[in-house]
Amino acid sequence: MGGRTRIRILSAGAGSTLQDGGRHGYLRYGITPAGPMDPLAQACANRALDNPPGATAIEVSLGGMSLTIEGEPVDVALAGGAPRIDLDGRALPCPVGLTLRPGERLGIRAGEAGVWTSLAVAGQIDVAPVLGSTATHTRSRLGGLDGRGLQAGDVLSVLEPRAVIGEAAQLDLPVLHRPPDTIRIVLGPQDDHFAEAAIAAFLAGPWRVGARGDRMACFLEGPTIAARTHDIVSDGIAMGAIQVPGSGQPLVLMADRQPTGGYPKIATVIGADLGRLAQARPGTVLRFAAVDLAEAVAARRAEAAALVPAVTRRPVLRTRFTSEFLLGTNLIDGVFG
Amino acid sequence: MAVQGGIEAGIGPVRLRDAGETALVVEFGARVDPDLNARVLALDAALAEAAVPGLRETVPTYRSLMIHYDPLVLDRADLCRLVEAGVAGARPRAGGGRRWTLPCCYDPDLAEDIGTVADWAGLSPAGIADLHAQAEYRVYMYGFAPGFAYLGGLPDALAIGRRASPRPPHPANAILIGGGLAAVATVPMPTGWYVVGRTPERLFAPARTENFLIEPGDVLRFAAIDAATFAELDARAARGDIVARRED
Repeated sequence: MGGRTRIRILSAGAGSTLQDGGRHGYLRYGITPAGPMDPLAQACANRALDNPPGATAIEVSLGGMSLTIEGEPVDVALAGGAPRIDLDGRALPCPVGLTLRPGERLGIRAGEAGVWTSLAVAGQIDVAPVLGSTATHTRSRLGGLDGRGLQAGDVLSVLEPRAVIGEAAQLDLPVLHRPPDTIRIVLGPQDDHFAEAAIAAFLAGPWRVGARGDRMACFLEGPTIAARTHDIVSDGIAMGAIQVPGSGQPLVLMADRQPTGGYPKIATVIGADLGRLAQARPGTVLRFAAVDLAEAVAARRAEAAALVPAVTRRPVLRTRFTSEFLLGTNLIDGVFG
Repeated sequence: MAVQGGIEAGIGPVRLRDAGETALVVEFGARVDPDLNARVLALDAALAEAAVPGLRETVPTYRSLMIHYDPLVLDRADLCRLVEAGVAGARPRAGGGRRWTLPCCYDPDLAEDIGTVADWAGLSPAGIADLHAQAEYRVYMYGFAPGFAYLGGLPDALAIGRRASPRPPHPANAILIGGGLAAVATVPMPTGWYVVGRTPERLFAPARTENFLIEPGDVLRFAAIDAATFAELDARAARGDIVARRED
């Protein structure tokens, strides 16, 4: 048995939560699974630390986060998006792995691209599971810390912390290079509620990611898509389901979706492209490409295969502090606190 | 509909629809109908019994079963064969599942919208409570939120439409009506339905051994209680007691 590490959250923007692989098995009782917005990013961060798949990690939103640790040193890995990461003011790449030592301050802020960054910890973040899962679902206040997002002052205990990485190292994860301009979908389950012209318009796009997205849904703006009827008798909703309500503007239902719903679903984003979509910032312009089930399964298989070998680490060349970087640090610390 | 004849035969046509590569929707029809729902639940039970590797979880609804699966473990073609065998072999339970009586307080202090419904129906709040408590309800499905149970069987006289825009969050364990349906809503949420009662029972209790009390297909009745009894039962339920009664 090792010692104990405590992670102290120094600052946290809105929307950062604890997530494991999701609260599965209870959809039939109305329980939303939650879980990571970018499942591949979380899987990569956990894999880089030899954590079990679905180990509880911190999902950092665009709002950013800074934290420090107390007690024993511990390895952390960050993956997903292209955030600005710094260790005591020294810029780090993403994805990155490092040993975090007591007193060091790790900062994650919105960078050039991406929305969600998964911060995995080598050890077990000690939170009580609810229905077998630590995933936070804030709307129903389940999981995580009292069902809420992380905030300044929160302290997370890490059981059996491991620290073997040492200096920060870039993680070699080419599978995370995923430009968000094309998102693959499988048509259905209710594509028969749409005329051919409506499906053609949906596939032609282009779609702009709207500003009001969150963990529940990604709102799209573009051509108006008419359905034969915009109300159906409620049925199940898979993650990635693309609903078309009466407004004709689709939304993609994500990790915090309701388990059932009553709008027709024209298509479903394939599993391998869920993270790609989740990382699309508001304003991103994208198109959907229809693929068949065989291609969707093949993409899933390729993703699973990419996670089998150990993640290689490359040393990070020492980066000089740029004035832009220092300015950014001042802004975050001075204005947003 | 073509489906209608199949219900009597028990092996009516179903439609298989893909919801991406990890979910298959088995559609039995497009209506809110106890016979369709019984067939959904019969297939659900058959698949649960088969305990197939790669079959992750199922979501029964009014008229369809969504099957979540891992396509790297369970091939879609094999899943479709299982579904076809399950549909052919399943025996829907006509009368529904277990029978429950839920205590329900219709006191206007707790049933915030009962006056609005009474005005709409041209009845007194007590008249609304009587109508609601005399009916027998089928639990069709859960959805929307944890422990939100959709119930069929609402008397026509209570078939008020849904609100044009949602009201502020209802209290915990609210009894709702709207759009011709009834519901038990465990977790406070903004709603387009009307609050006509409160039950002290929890359909979802994360800290209790029985996290979920009532299954889709079960049959519910409501027994009127006064505000004092509600307070007493609510306190017991908060401690983990089950205050609903099994009637079978």
